[in-house]
Amino acid sequence: MAVVTPEVVKQVAMLARLRLEGKALTQLAAQLDEILQYVQQLQAVDTQRVEPTSHVLPLTNVLRKDEPTPSLSQDAVVALAPAAQPPFVKVPKVIEV
Amino acid sequence: MNYESVIGLEVHLQLSTKTKLFCGCLTKFGAPPNSQTCPVCLGLPGVLPVLNEQAFAWGIKVALALNCQIANVMKFDRKQYFYPDLPKNFQISQYDQPLSQHGHLDITVGEQAKRIGITRVHMEEDAGKLLHDTGGASSFVDFNRTGVPLLEIVSEPDIRSSDEAYHYLTELKAILQYLDVSTCNMEEGSLRCDTNVSLRSPGVAAFGAKVEVKNLNSFRAVKLALEYETKRQAAQLDRGDRIVQETRLWNAKKAITGPMRSKEEAADYRYFPEPDLVPFVIEPSVIERVRAGLPELPAQRRVRFQQRHQLSAYDAQGIAQDRALADLFEQALETYPKPKPVANWIMGDLSAYLNAHAVTLADVKLRPEWLGHLLQLIEEGTLSGKMAKDVLQQVLERGVDPVELVNQGSLRQVVDADALERIAEDVVQAFPKSVEDYGKGKTNALMYLVGQAMKRSQGKANPEQMTEMLKRKLVSRP
Repeated sequence: MAVVTPEVVKQVAMLARLRLEGKALTQLAAQLDEILQYVQQLQAVDTQRVEPTSHVLPLTNVLRKDEPTPSLSQDAVVALAPAAQPPFVKVPKVIEV
Repeated sequence: MNYESVIGLEVHLQLSTKTKLFCGCLTKFGAPPNSQTCPVCLGLPGVLPVLNEQAFAWGIKVALALNCQIANVMKFDRKQYFYPDLPKNFQISQYDQPLSQHGHLDITVGEQAKRIGITRVHMEEDAGKLLHDTGGASSFVDFNRTGVPLLEIVSEPDIRSSDEAYHYLTELKAILQYLDVSTCNMEEGSLRCDTNVSLRSPGVAAFGAKVEVKNLNSFRAVKLALEYETKRQAAQLDRGDRIVQETRLWNAKKAITGPMRSKEEAADYRYFPEPDLVPFVIEPSVIERVRAGLPELPAQRRVRFQQRHQLSAYDAQGIAQDRALADLFEQALETYPKPKPVANWIMGDLSAYLNAHAVTLADVKLRPEWLGHLLQLIEEGTLSGKMAKDVLQQVLERGVDPVELVNQGSLRQVVDADALERIAEDVVQAFPKSVEDYGKGKTNALMYLVGQAMKRSQGKANPEQMTEMLKRKLVSRP
């Protein structure tokens, strides 16, 4: 049974701010479903005695001192944005005031 | 109908570390917009966040002060959503393995003691700041705040009234101030609060649909918003309408809540472990070390003030609530070891002055010994209670020792020459021995008489003027 339906693709696309419509939805649904089915094989592995792992590196407690390092210049940062009104980055209005 | 309100509070606390949570950018408030950012906090490709050890230690400190269980292992997760103040399109936060859980905080409302559960205290990074231009088509972003360390302190839905909410917040703020990990300044946003509230009929165990209220920039706003929201929901339920789960904004000007018109869709944060930050193991020895370093907290200090200094519950509460006032109280006792009058002056004239001028103790230059000196001057009769009020005012305004004010004669002066004359005459009559000594050439005797006259004038006389006047009197004596 398909896990990824066109509705799921639509929802995920919305969350990821991707514009996907019509044929693309069904096409991607089929492809994504195939990928998931493939990965699904891992479900067959017995993990009863395996601790859940979020990281595979044998590292913990990587910390830094509370000491300043140089920041980027205001000009450089503002220049990165698609739209700006220095010293601010300009975006479409997000809230009614 | 009478409903019971079920309230939960979510507090965000900015830690006053020098640098951000995962990078070395400064966290200075009020810096020029977009001047404190770097590839890490802006989420540019290929960067690696590294946890600030000071923020980590302070997180443990706060969690312990709130009686939380510290995790053996904590990790960070990505909370994903799109908003223009979030340059990475995800916030590094903590989801299923937070720093700490299962804490509590005790409050007293009236005579009633109550324990409010704390669900969790976790670490996360702050977002940038959005400025909205009224009427215009744009919003503006300053990313300086992006990545500043935050603690999120979530209460259980144990709070039943706006009053309890207010007490919870004031007690929480007092504790946080004692811990000295944040400026706790609501105007500057270093302490922020959201609340959620639902109503239920008495005897019903299940919670109603909850409404989240944001944009609360003072504890008073929290109280008013909760009062408003409780009435609004009750009226709606009475009409037979259902409450829909939603987020509303507090409008302080109109004193109402309104629906938040945001373009965001329903939340679906798709948390997953932050791959760039490895887990953190918190050894019991580390926890014990932080615990041992915890300062005395407001609740303990209140008890000590009542037991050791016999303060009333009211005075103990009022003074211990503010760490600076409590320190002042104890240090003033070193100069003037009578707790009750010291407490009275702190709770009375000093607090009134601070409130009237909307300043804190840190803003006025009052040394603890000066408060002690003021009370000594009252006790020895140099100052009347009424005059001492004026003197305190001048001490606070000018940052000088009251003893100096009295000695300089720079208090409000008695200009009435007749009154001075009478005082001088009285002193001459009262201390014939000194008058005699002066006649024999002992100049110290004059100093003594001036001192007595100053005392009788309650410090109002100008000492030079008094000296001249006494000299004249003594010389003209047979």
